[in-house]
Amino acid sequence: MKKKGLILALVVMLVASLSLAGCGGAETDGGEGAGDDVIRIGVYEPMTGDSAAGGQMTWEGIELANELYPEVLGKKVQLFLEDNKTDKSEAANAVHRLIEHHNVVAIIGSYGSSMSMAGGPVAQEKGIPVVGCSPTNPLVTLGNDYYFRVCFIDPFQGRVMAQYAFEDLGADTAVIIRNVADDYAVGLGNYFQEAFVSFTGSEDSILAVLDYQKGDQDFTAQLTTVKNLNPDVIFAPGTYGDSALMIRQARELGINQPFLGGDTWEAPEFIEVGGEAVEGVALSTHYSPEATVTDAAKEFVQVYTDKFGKEPNAFAALGFDAYMVILDAIERAGSAEPQAIRDALAATENFEGVTGVITLDENGDATKSAVILKVDNGEFRYLTTVNPN
Amino acid sequence: MSQDLFFQHLANGISLGSLYALIAIGYTMVYGILRLINFAHGDLLMMAAYMVFYGMLIFSLPWWLSVILAVILTAALGAGIERVAYRPLRDSPRISVLISAIGVSFFLENLGTVLFGGRAKAVYRPDWLAATHEIGGVSIMTLALVIPAVTILLLLVLSYLVYKTKTGMAMRAVSRDYDTARLMGIDVDRVIGFTFVTGSTLAAVGGIMWALRYPQIHPFIGVMPGLKCFIAAVFGGIGNIPGAVLGGFLLGIGEIMLVALFPDLAGYRDAFAFVILILTLLFRPTGLLGEKIAEKV
Repeated sequence: MKKKGLILALVVMLVASLSLAGCGGAETDGGEGAGDDVIRIGVYEPMTGDSAAGGQMTWEGIELANELYPEVLGKKVQLFLEDNKTDKSEAANAVHRLIEHHNVVAIIGSYGSSMSMAGGPVAQEKGIPVVGCSPTNPLVTLGNDYYFRVCFIDPFQGRVMAQYAFEDLGADTAVIIRNVADDYAVGLGNYFQEAFVSFTGSEDSILAVLDYQKGDQDFTAQLTTVKNLNPDVIFAPGTYGDSALMIRQARELGINQPFLGGDTWEAPEFIEVGGEAVEGVALSTHYSPEATVTDAAKEFVQVYTDKFGKEPNAFAALGFDAYMVILDAIERAGSAEPQAIRDALAATENFEGVTGVITLDENGDATKSAVILKVDNGEFRYLTTVNPN
Repeated sequence: MSQDLFFQHLANGISLGSLYALIAIGYTMVYGILRLINFAHGDLLMMAAYMVFYGMLIFSLPWWLSVILAVILTAALGAGIERVAYRPLRDSPRISVLISAIGVSFFLENLGTVLFGGRAKAVYRPDWLAATHEIGGVSIMTLALVIPAVTILLLLVLSYLVYKTKTGMAMRAVSRDYDTARLMGIDVDRVIGFTFVTGSTLAAVGGIMWALRYPQIHPFIGVMPGLKCFIAAVFGGIGNIPGAVLGGFLLGIGEIMLVALFPDLAGYRDAFAFVILILTLLFRPTGLLGEKIAEKV
């Protein structure tokens, strides 16, 4: 009897933990059968896994936007969150669940280009529009009429960092280390390479492009190769956690050259895991509270700081903007039909967002400026803003 | 490749391999006694790493006390898992226990996600462990010297325990046949419980070393090391303790050399490990040091 009770307790705990982990524990209440008075918007973000910090920061911004602007067309907006677990197949499943199970009319997500590229075709097939917060790979929206985004794309981001390496750091040679399983890292690495070669005028200025695999924690083999090549800078697009571990190992091996990266490094974990090793590291990202451009941005900094007791980051800001862009589209369309929302989204022009003024081009991409941040004394410090030409 | 470069790669390989070896010992010991691949082994190391983290963060314990407590608590957790998930299946087919082990693994991962959250946490590392030394053009961290030392020490302690003590004799007897062992007056449940406590202690030490070497922890941190060390154990000869150490070192050095010599294949590093597993199972199922054991009927 006692034994049975023990097993039963284990089973109950198992089921509870699975279901809690499954939905990220953050679905807003209401559930099924809420009727026509509610506009359902889905969110798929990595709440667990390698990019958990990115998904959770984005979700904070989306939730805040929903709190401040809970209604459109006189109807309440209800959010449904699905965790894509930083996994491509889970991302496709999450989009499927949002559409089939939660009957959403529009979707926000996802942090991470790989997840967005997996979720995109599912939404396209069902005719549901998606607004990406921070997937920066050009392929996310290319050839998908239902995918939009409120951030810049990697050809620009790669050029920003190549320019910074060449002009500000005076670098003539670089090595790229990238997560070969991550579409974001591979894409951004290529664009950096292209731009850096055009700045230096020499194909040989990229000494090597080294790969690692998702889940790797030991980078000593690649880094020993880097040390031997002795480049002026190291460009290492990848997840905040992997990259922080890598930079620590680099410093342990006596590599003192500057590391450069992209927007995925902007997470508190990058500094926590990296510690002293990431001091002086520079990265490009979407937004800094120190470089706000719009009135909406000033208001956002205020409410975010009041609610969370810390300064907002780029991903919260982009999550906020993605929600607002969808609301604006529904308002202009005067309807919450997916097709009407899509058409209104495609016509988005001069929308004053928190991260800048958003105009969506024929691919569904926004053209925005980038900011460069530098880790200084354990904090991300604003360095400069780079405008697109 | 210059000589310095080669020795640096070799040092990196030994450093990684010693971690694999350390974790593979625990795998192989439990298998050697129980013929059970404890898939929850990797997740026990995750739990141990979190215990150290929370011991220091929440209870502000000094790091060495957190480490000792984490080892004890993980051992207790291992004993608890054995009691709840494996003992009731003692007389069931071996496959049932294996499935139960996979269930425990998923359970611990999801429990970790619920308790600790999905976001990675940074582990504190004492400065003296992270200090680097230049030896003839090769950079080596103190930790990279400590881990192999711990591995070898545990190898010796464990060999002594299994082959020289009375408990060890009982363990070996149980590994042959439960019923006969029972008839000889051996308390089989106690011996198996003790085996799990020892195995979990090893997992805890491995997990803490892993977290010190790669100071970032999240609930799925144990998955890859778990798989790699399982491969190392099979490669060396599952059930054979020195074999696990040999397998671990060879796998670590092999992985590093693969990435070093063929940078284009770096993305296939995990595939390399799995190919080794498949080849071992195809051509030498008993592993490098394993001996032929007649399957008991």
